[in-house]
Amino acid sequence: MDLITTFFNLRVLADTFPLLLQGLGITVLLGAVSIVLGFVAGLLMALLRLYGPAPLRILARIYIDVFRSIPLLVLLVLVYYALPFVGVRLSSFAAATTALSLVSCAYTAEIFRAGIEAIPKGQFEAAGAIGLSFFDTMRDVVLPQALRIVTPPLTSNCINVLKDTALASVVAMPDLLKQATQAQALSANPSPLIGAALLYLALLLPLVRLVGWFETRRPGAGT
Amino acid sequence: MTAIVSISGLHKSYGTFEALRGIDLDIALGEVVVVVGPSGSGKSTLIRCINLLEDYQRGEVRVDGEKVGRGKALARVRAEVGMVFQSFNLFPHLSALRNVALGPLRVRGMARRDAEERARALLAKVGLAEHADKLPGQLSGGQQQRVAIARALAMEPKVLLFDEPTSALDPEMVGEVLAVMQALAHTGVTMVIVTHEMGFARRVADRVVFMEAGLVVEQGAPEAFFSAPREPRTQAFLQAILQH
Repeated sequence: MDLITTFFNLRVLADTFPLLLQGLGITVLLGAVSIVLGFVAGLLMALLRLYGPAPLRILARIYIDVFRSIPLLVLLVLVYYALPFVGVRLSSFAAATTALSLVSCAYTAEIFRAGIEAIPKGQFEAAGAIGLSFFDTMRDVVLPQALRIVTPPLTSNCINVLKDTALASVVAMPDLLKQATQAQALSANPSPLIGAALLYLALLLPLVRLVGWFETRRPGAGT
Repeated sequence: MTAIVSISGLHKSYGTFEALRGIDLDIALGEVVVVVGPSGSGKSTLIRCINLLEDYQRGEVRVDGEKVGRGKALARVRAEVGMVFQSFNLFPHLSALRNVALGPLRVRGMARRDAEERARALLAKVGLAEHADKLPGQLSGGQQQRVAIARALAMEPKVLLFDEPTSALDPEMVGEVLAVMQALAHTGVTMVIVTHEMGFARRVADRVVFMEAGLVVEQGAPEAFFSAPREPRTQAFLQAILQH
């Protein structure tokens, strides 16, 4: 057996490709749901952390610190294998989404906080001076500007979440990596793993490139 | 006289530094008051206290009889007090038109069409009708400040505050902004203006207030103030400033 038939066995790849695509679908779904949940929760967490009443501000900071510290794999195993002991039994998809969103929320909150804090004080003063409410100030003045600033780091965070979905394979989630390892076992050939790696690259390389593009464009886009 | 703004016993300090050391000042409806004084005299701090952009430790400010304080009423009071800042503070992501329309749209609850119609009329009034759809970054400093004046006017405020509106401008743009302010002064709007433009103060003010070290040292009609100041400190200030 030469290298090509070992690692790029086209017959095996063709046989297992539908399986890999299924896995890719689940990976993208898991990533997308976690990113959206993490985005919404992270924005609220950032506002709480910056403008909430003192006790909530402290709680938000603790949350953010804790979930940025805990290894995602540990959290995932806790959610999937430990919670059932207190009667919370989540499907592998729900467990993976929960763990990914909790962590993404913490990172997103920090990103938004930095973005909001980068908005000049004069913007808040001008909004206040025309009598805008806190909600309107955020919606019309602060967040649209902050969002531009945080688009590159938010995209980086999306990449991280998508990559971390591969950890879900340890809780029996039939994502891309899990499907690939199963296909590899069935066909007794590692080509599906190569196929999976290529699919991950196809998914993530454009996003990585996008972040790079943001960064070269950045200097002029600040204001 | 009916005071539209009434300031009494105002004290403000930053740590141990006393920025305002007991200010009493009433501003009548329709009056144009120009506040002058050396840097650090507290004049900007004073007008920033009127709409509570600065907190203060003692004293009170009333706008149209209502005490200005933290809480639900603050946004309502602020909607009645327009403000023009030294650094314009336009919203950089919104067109000139949207900058002006935002207040009427959100605070006055106007329909978008009506708010934008009002904004367009005000931009025309400050000579910027053809720039309505530009972003602030595409406008000169003088144009930006005129948009900022239109934005403040859009709320139809009872009082307009100007915090050194020409200090951040290139010299050739000062005139266009002062011209708009002068035209405004003649429409009967109440204005409180902090500025270093003495010629403007002399032409436009109903009353000139001279501040130094957190106190009002002298005030009076511009003619008397500039030609026959009573206080030695006012004399020294005017001499220094009018020499160049």
